[in-house]
Amino acid sequence: MSSTNMHIEPAPEKGFFDSILPRQVEPSGVIGWLTTIDHKRIGVLYLITALWWFLVGGLEAMMIRWQLHKPEYQDFISAETYNALFTMHGTTMIFLVIMPLAVAFFNYIMPLQIGARDVAFPRLNAFSYWMFFFGSVLINVSWLFGEAPNMTWVGYSPLTNSTYTPGMSGDFWVVGLQILGVSSIVGALNFITTIINMRAPGMSFMRLPVFTWMTLITALLVILAFPAITICLVELMFDRLFHTNFFEASAGGLPILWQHLFWVFGHPEVYILILPPMGMVSEILPVFSRKPLFGYPLIVGSGAAIGFMGFTVWTHHMFTSGLGNIATAAFALTTMAIAVPTGVKIFNWIGTLYRGQLIMATPMLFALGFIYQFMMGGFSGLMHANAVHDLQQHDSYFVVAHFHYVLIGGALFGTFAGIYYWFPAVTGRKLDEAKGKFVFWFLFIGFNGAFFPMHWLGLNGMPRRIYTYSARNDWGDLNFVVTCGAALMAVAVIIFFFDLFKTAATGKLAGRDPWDARTLEWSIPNPPPVYNFKETPHVHSLDDWWYTKYPDTLHHDDIGLDATESPYEDDDASHMHPSDHVVDHGHHDEHGIHMPGGSWFPMFAAFGFFVGGMGLVFNGQFLYGDVIEIVKNGANVSEWVRYDQMATHGYEVPYLQTLFWRFWIAIAGGLFGVFSIFCWSMEPIGGYNIHFDDEDDGVKAKDTKTPPVQTAPVEPAPITDPVVPVKADDKTEVVKVEEAEAEKPKKKKKKKKSTKSDDKVETVTVGEVEEKVLDTPEPGEAAAKLDAEKEEESDDTNDDDSDKKEEK
Amino acid sequence: MASQAGHLIENPHEIGTTGLPHRKILMWLFLASDCMFFGALISTYLIYRGRSVAGPTPEEIFDIPLTSTSSFVLLMSSYLMVLALAAIERGDLGKFRLYCLGTAFFGSIFLGFQVYEFSHFYHAGLTLQGSLFGSSFFVLTGTHGCHVAIGVLWLLALFFYSFTGGVTQKRALDTEIAGLYWHFVDIVWIVIFVAVYLLEYII
Repeated sequence: MSSTNMHIEPAPEKGFFDSILPRQVEPSGVIGWLTTIDHKRIGVLYLITALWWFLVGGLEAMMIRWQLHKPEYQDFISAETYNALFTMHGTTMIFLVIMPLAVAFFNYIMPLQIGARDVAFPRLNAFSYWMFFFGSVLINVSWLFGEAPNMTWVGYSPLTNSTYTPGMSGDFWVVGLQILGVSSIVGALNFITTIINMRAPGMSFMRLPVFTWMTLITALLVILAFPAITICLVELMFDRLFHTNFFEASAGGLPILWQHLFWVFGHPEVYILILPPMGMVSEILPVFSRKPLFGYPLIVGSGAAIGFMGFTVWTHHMFTSGLGNIATAAFALTTMAIAVPTGVKIFNWIGTLYRGQLIMATPMLFALGFIYQFMMGGFSGLMHANAVHDLQQHDSYFVVAHFHYVLIGGALFGTFAGIYYWFPAVTGRKLDEAKGKFVFWFLFIGFNGAFFPMHWLGLNGMPRRIYTYSARNDWGDLNFVVTCGAALMAVAVIIFFFDLFKTAATGKLAGRDPWDARTLEWSIPNPPPVYNFKETPHVHSLDDWWYTKYPDTLHHDDIGLDATESPYEDDDASHMHPSDHVVDHGHHDEHGIHMPGGSWFPMFAAFGFFVGGMGLVFNGQFLYGDVIEIVKNGANVSEWVRYDQMATHGYEVPYLQTLFWRFWIAIAGGLFGVFSIFCWSMEPIGGYNIHFDDEDDGVKAKDTKTPPVQTAPVEPAPITDPVVPVKADDKTEVVKVEEAEAEKPKKKKKKKKSTKSDDKVETVTVGEVEEKVLDTPEPGEAAAKLDAEKEEESDDTNDDDSDKKEEK
Repeated sequence: MASQAGHLIENPHEIGTTGLPHRKILMWLFLASDCMFFGALISTYLIYRGRSVAGPTPEEIFDIPLTSTSSFVLLMSSYLMVLALAAIERGDLGKFRLYCLGTAFFGSIFLGFQVYEFSHFYHAGLTLQGSLFGSSFFVLTGTHGCHVAIGVLWLLALFFYSFTGGVTQKRALDTEIAGLYWHFVDIVWIVIFVAVYLLEYII
């Protein structure tokens, strides 16, 4: 790291452990990733891990579909394997794919959207990632022992107790989910604190981007809903390990309590899965419609309402449990009521599209696919909100169709939209448009082909979770169609991954703000420098970055501002909301920007809990008894006795000693985890300070956000048309930038200088990639764009995509 | 709000947009989450109340005067916690050590009562495996006991760090957060004491 205008200086603090286990001053190489506490790197780690499990879960799904592709098919896998496959498919896709994919975006995007330097507790954030990583490994390592969980992802008791699910498979599931639960809760606590307390000056709650709002609501749901599943998992674990009676009907226990506790968690979980993609779509639609989001307060409010109402509907998963007419009727009503805020959201999205100049780029396609398919899932959801209907549909393929429409058609399409949209913000490169459209259409057709016929299958009586079915039922044809659809989806996913790797390695550099977007994460170079914002941005309105670029559009975009004056004329704080405190987080002063050092301990702590979890799973089923046998009899072991069965073999073992020998690995692992947390709390922050030598330039970098001074009078836009003209596609834009620069050198002088300084910083932070960035005609791009779009107002001929949708 | 908390904060970067320190918000959120943990456990206990098919029953083994005494000790420890926080906010390190150690000591007394009670119940025939009442009782009160034990360790850590310069007036926030946790654990015990012990004599 050397540069003309910036240098770094290691922080002087060194702790005790720095002599034993040295930490890097700046992160680099594999160790840099293992010890990272940077929210951006952690976000990438989440994304990679979740995409890996997406492949694993997808493979499981393909095996399930091959097993069902024709009736009475028995040559492929055994029924037991089939049970394990659908259990692990559900568990993987929900806990290891869709949730962590959303968390990847929470980590990477949310702090950038609120103008923060990192999350509130970076090490806790790293801990939360490593807990997720080891938890996911713990659940899936069960395959290697031939003991994959095979009792459905809802784990209904008493099927899951040690009588009906003997062996380790249930323990893998129970312990793994608890570790994942800790990860989710810790991460959520961190995100809420970050959003409440680390907003940039002027970023009041009603100026938060919708994705950040949905992060906040989702995180609140996580901290309130996960305790319920954690407690029922703990109770089940006690039932399995210590033979307590929580779900033991013979001792008076109520198996239905499991269902209640599980679904008190399980239904909010549905909204934990869907609200983040809703937030992503709410970010994407305005950008690709060239309009502000329609009804921002309603979108936010309905998100909060959905989150709240999500806690009031859980027994609609249990209509067939026989709860009685009053409970059933009440929960049917609350379930139908939740369609109201959902509908509000959908109408607002449609309102955003209405009279917009739609750009049919891949993120937009996925966002539109999301709206359509989520609506389909919502309609079938309304159908079984009706308890009478539900009695027919329960545990049939109709339900399978419903939740795949919501989770794939909704959550996954929304997340794909997010991946395509924010990929330039992460790597600086745009995913390929042609392949992206191919992926979208294959996924869209494959998905609808796979899951729409399931509605008919379900109504024709095909039950869930069956290994094979009789040819007399006449379900074979539709199942074959379903399997074909799944194969199309697999093709799409393979191409998607191919494109992902190829683009990340050698893709075309997108330049700054490639989508001409609205929120703060696009105001900085991409990929962002390690410190995110050189100066803490000051926020004056919703969509602050947009109005920074296009201050003249402020007057006819109704975003609740005083229409007579624009806060973007000057950059002082006088227009900020009176309740906003002006707090600069680590603005760069004579000490420079301080970047905290990495830490080994979050990973060590999570590893300790992983070992502890494995100890709980194995709990003396072998090894300890064997060891004692060997000690007693020398190498000639006549009989291998498990420790927990030694009493039945005539050995006298005191109870506490039994406990110790069953759980010593669990205890040791847990203690190592706690010890690591202790070390981490004692460790100095370390790291380094970044100094910008050329202070003049540094100060002016503050103005990167400020638009160029308008020398020529701005042509007033017609009030009847609130649409901002369409952005040109990349090639024409480049040309225009050059033209614009040639034509109007004076206007952009200030702008140019400031971006230049930022570009140098870029070069410094990410190395060779950025060298290329300098070659692209990026400096002054925002300003040039301003000019470019003015020209475009007269001729709109160069955008092929939007021509189709041009509404005039 | 910033001024209210500001004079007790060593590191100004810890104060966020709301004028509150990050760690305080984190603690409040954690307590909200912990409420739900106890909520689920207490619900389980209440749903299973009176459903045991094997003895002993709660009336047979509960000793209300004994548990009232231990509850009183725990509640008084909250009072000492308040005094400890007030002392460190004044900068009175001597008084802080006294009250902090006192809080931890009272917490330990409560734990001692609980250990006595558990072994007494065990010998009276109430075991984790023996009955539904045993399972739900021991898991609920045991979870609470773990919380108290963690709190005692936390307070002892504060006590020891007060000798190495780790606890100062400027860092009273550390004590305040420990206090939040401690008061929460106490309040949960009030609920448990009412729902588990006293309810047997009311309904």
